[in-house]
Amino acid sequence: MDDKVKSILAKRESKDLSAAELAALAASFRLEMFDVLHQRQTGHWGGASSAAEINTALYFKRMNIDVKNPQWEDRDRFILSKGHASMNLYTILAHRGFFPPEDLPGFRTLGSHLQGHPSMSKTAGVDMSTGALGHGLSIGLGMALAAQMSGKKFWTYILSGEGCLNEGQTWEAVMMAAKYRPERLVYMIDYNKVQLDGTSQDIMPLDPLKEKFEVFGWNVAQDDYDGHDVNSILDSFAWLDSPGTWPRLVVYNTVKGKGVSFMEGKNAWHGAPIDVDSYNKGRVELLADIAKKEAAL
Amino acid sequence: MSVAMRDAFGNKLAEIGKHNDKLVVLDADVSSSTKSAIFGNAFADRFFNAGVAEANMVGVAAGMATAGFHPVVNAFSIFLALKSTDQIRNVLCYNSLPVVIAGAYGGLSDSFDGASHQSIADIAIMRALPNMEVIVPADSRQAELALEYALTKKKPVYIRLNRNAMPELPEPENFGSAKVIKLREGKDVTIAANGITAAMTVEAGEILAKQGIDAEILSIPFVKPFDADGLATSVAKTKNLVTVEEHNILGGFGSAALEALASKNLTYSYIPVGIEDTFTETGPYDELLAAYGLSAEGIVGKVKSLLKK
Repeated sequence: MDDKVKSILAKRESKDLSAAELAALAASFRLEMFDVLHQRQTGHWGGASSAAEINTALYFKRMNIDVKNPQWEDRDRFILSKGHASMNLYTILAHRGFFPPEDLPGFRTLGSHLQGHPSMSKTAGVDMSTGALGHGLSIGLGMALAAQMSGKKFWTYILSGEGCLNEGQTWEAVMMAAKYRPERLVYMIDYNKVQLDGTSQDIMPLDPLKEKFEVFGWNVAQDDYDGHDVNSILDSFAWLDSPGTWPRLVVYNTVKGKGVSFMEGKNAWHGAPIDVDSYNKGRVELLADIAKKEAAL
Repeated sequence: MSVAMRDAFGNKLAEIGKHNDKLVVLDADVSSSTKSAIFGNAFADRFFNAGVAEANMVGVAAGMATAGFHPVVNAFSIFLALKSTDQIRNVLCYNSLPVVIAGAYGGLSDSFDGASHQSIADIAIMRALPNMEVIVPADSRQAELALEYALTKKKPVYIRLNRNAMPELPEPENFGSAKVIKLREGKDVTIAANGITAAMTVEAGEILAKQGIDAEILSIPFVKPFDADGLATSVAKTKNLVTVEEHNILGGFGSAALEALASKNLTYSYIPVGIEDTFTETGPYDELLAAYGLSAEGIVGKVKSLLKK
């Protein structure tokens, strides 16, 4: 982590970060994830990388949280429904200030608080344990309904991948959310279009995805957002703040394994250990991306 | 006969709801059967009908539980145990969230609907989940006490309920802490009854007494945590144990009893009464129970075979 990134992190509590600064953070986090995943020889690179910019923007620009009081009852909630992207969440929580970044290399080791998939009882800042796919929207709906019952104004964000949308439970929750329509319930799709066994087109086609949510009664963002372009992500946040009905769906077009060209869009890199050759080659590309993002600061 | 267990439970929910504004009730389109509708009619803003979607309902309850509420989810016990096992295990239990899982129509009590609706594996499933407590009330009063107890716990509790009216047992003292409720003192055999089998077991005890067999009868609603000491004290005296449950004899109450006694260094003879690893069928409730050995006469027969009398 270089001095430019450190200087950005120094003002993290202000949330007054530019799109270029957020992009530089995400690029730096991506390299750190890559390092730990190689070091540990276990974990999920593909989906962690595709979520990097979305989650960085959420935690460093948008969410109302207090790292000194992770259980603050008025905080915004985030559920990583695609729990296998845990390495991304942990990297962000650490650098956001919930726990020391020095803990990150302990990922998936015995005794570490950084479990294979997120655990709310072990890791500060994790609002919900996930891992079994398809749980996120139901739980988020419960949180949003709790806010409604208690008159609180916190937001509930759920980030999901294709796997969650394969699960029947998600569609049960889609219906119930449209029945009760709690405010500030946001379902975000990290739409990288690749699953474990192959492309989502081959495994379980989801398109037309936005139209499905529309006919289920959701308020769906009509724009195509680029989940790797921070300006585009910030546009999606502006849409969330615009008047309109609830619940809301935002679809981000992303690339599985983003940042390492020969891993991008390849289901083989969903959760495979990163070998030495691939690591060395990939690291060069990720360093180049950091340099590019920092040059734009 | 007391008021039906489901009516007692539904009324108790509504009663508690008057002074506990953190109580939230969810149902899966069976609220007029489970009687959670009594709460729903009284507190519409804290009642959520999730439709026939048990998995989602449990997830929604989990989210509410993280934000200060104490939800009670209601559905038929077989569908809660089988359709929402993942959500109960990976969300409620893993995170030890305060949600009461109220499994209605437990055992064979949905008798006319047949095997598809009869719940004979729920106890085995629920007791295998860390952080879960499992209570099978014997009568309507125990069901009310179980609900009050569960709402004091900051963790998931499964309460297995019965559809029907049944004989009332004496009011238990200290329901939550006195896990074993002694209904008859005896010396020849311990008959440990889980759930609604307690009443027929009391009746069996009277028949046995007339035949010279002095049975000690225990009502044990708590399958987990299991009062190993309470049961061991009785079995050490009688040297004979019969467990009675409205559930498969594999993995349920009888299994829990044997596991609890395993570390007690006792020598005793044992026979289970329950569904003998088979699918059940349609019929009037009492006749159906009896057809699968769950009757005073059925219990008497098992006791006599155990004692070789």
